[in-house]
Amino acid sequence: MSTALHDLNIAAIREDFPILTQLVHGKKLVFLDSAASAQKPRAVIDAMVQVMATQYANVHRGLHYMSEKASDKYEAVRDKVAEFINAGSRDEIVFTRNATESINLVAYTWGRASLQPGDAVAVTEMEHHANLVPWQMLRDAHGTELRIIKITDAGEIDWDSLEQIFADGRVKLLAVTQMSNVLGTYTPIERLAKFAHAHGAKILVDGCQAVVHRRIDVRAIDADFFVFSGHKLYGPTGIGVLYAKAEILESMPPFMGGGDMIASVSYEKSTWAKPPHRFEAGTPAIIETIGLGAAIDYVTAIGFDAIAAHEQALTEHALAVLPQIEGLRIIGAAQDRGGVISFVMKDAHPHDIATLLDRQGIAVRAGHHCAEPLMGRLGVTSTARASFALYTLPEEIDALAHGLERVRKIFA
Amino acid sequence: MTSLYETLVIERTRHPHHAGKPAHFDAQGSGANAICGDRVSIYVNRDSMDVHHESEGCAIMSASADLMADATIGKTTAQITQLAQDFAVAVATGTENPALGALNALASVSKYPSRIGCATLPWRALEEALQNV
Repeated sequence: MSTALHDLNIAAIREDFPILTQLVHGKKLVFLDSAASAQKPRAVIDAMVQVMATQYANVHRGLHYMSEKASDKYEAVRDKVAEFINAGSRDEIVFTRNATESINLVAYTWGRASLQPGDAVAVTEMEHHANLVPWQMLRDAHGTELRIIKITDAGEIDWDSLEQIFADGRVKLLAVTQMSNVLGTYTPIERLAKFAHAHGAKILVDGCQAVVHRRIDVRAIDADFFVFSGHKLYGPTGIGVLYAKAEILESMPPFMGGGDMIASVSYEKSTWAKPPHRFEAGTPAIIETIGLGAAIDYVTAIGFDAIAAHEQALTEHALAVLPQIEGLRIIGAAQDRGGVISFVMKDAHPHDIATLLDRQGIAVRAGHHCAEPLMGRLGVTSTARASFALYTLPEEIDALAHGLERVRKIFA
Repeated sequence: MTSLYETLVIERTRHPHHAGKPAHFDAQGSGANAICGDRVSIYVNRDSMDVHHESEGCAIMSASADLMADATIGKTTAQITQLAQDFAVAVATGTENPALGALNALASVSKYPSRIGCATLPWRALEEALQNV
């Protein structure tokens, strides 16, 4: 672990995140809920403040200095995102509110235009509600089928189930997470993409969790769609990304109507702008987009090799320390897993665990993590979850373990 | 560490006095918290106001259900309604009320705003049951 920690100057990184010096209930904040939303570095905060203070106006419409400056900054982030995930073109990057909106956009437009009633969409048992409910809504409105690929007890994709589900050739989309927000499992995403394509299906990758921890290359994955949110990537809320291959975006009708997404408008008929603007009706989240750009610069400067090594070391440390607590059970045991660890404790309900840890300044999440069907599959109603980020210290995992010992004693 | 998780709450979570579905009951009500998945079913005997509960959830919720059942025995519907109101005030404000007796053990849940709903969930289920009596 020490080698990886030396690669990353955590003390310096922590100074970049002003919130980490806050006290909670008089205790030092130990923030282990980054998988829900990550904290923000000064660079992101400053970039957003700076654009409001010095270069703000609406984008794409003003023929004046401020609008041109704001438009340039806003559109430069599109280039940055394209490079960040190695898209083939900036026009393949659509800005949305978050990954949830990105998936809904695909379901509503591509789903209705390119899927026929009777075609099937396949998801796995470990999807977030965001990658399940839009496909249910499409099923109910459009007559597509929704199929669920099983996972193993370890929390990995059950390949036999996958093959069965694709056997009749009716699956036209595989919508799958790259990293489970509950189990920490990384799915073999390139292999899944190959599988889907070999079976005549497209693949949508929910990259919300994975994009924070690993370098993403949508072309190496051969993803047809890839979605993520800015706020988990140390950026602001209110900005998300939909990547889709150019020819797919070209074929998709608009999502919402309004300004910015049109080529021409008359009372009789309107025509649509080319992608990506076709899917960006109305004034976008200008400030948040610029904040996302700063977040991407921030993580890129640190580098994903160092981030991944640090987080892998943290995960290994947690997987060594936490099971030593009597009555604690970690949920999921995937071979390839990251720093999202769900657990339950004998006699202590996850919400009581979270409340008692909170009084010690330790923030974890408790509940079903927007994955109710997965909870059923795992035979629990909820779990407690600790998740790690590039600013997490091994000492914070020790603090968690210490806090959990106190919880155990209360319920013993 | 914190007065909320004092002996009585832990004790009643681990060893409830009124848990389980009774063989005979006149009315039932249920409550669920969509956010955390907690569920409770309440069974009422009309004549004695003997209340039983099936709780699946956190310590605050299950202890609250059990202490509630202590408090309702022999009371009238009107008295129980008053008790429910007093309890709701106590857990919202943290102010103990002599009329609540042992239920005051849960008053300090007021310091944990996200958990107040756990304490009141069994009372809402009881209210539903009483409408069916």
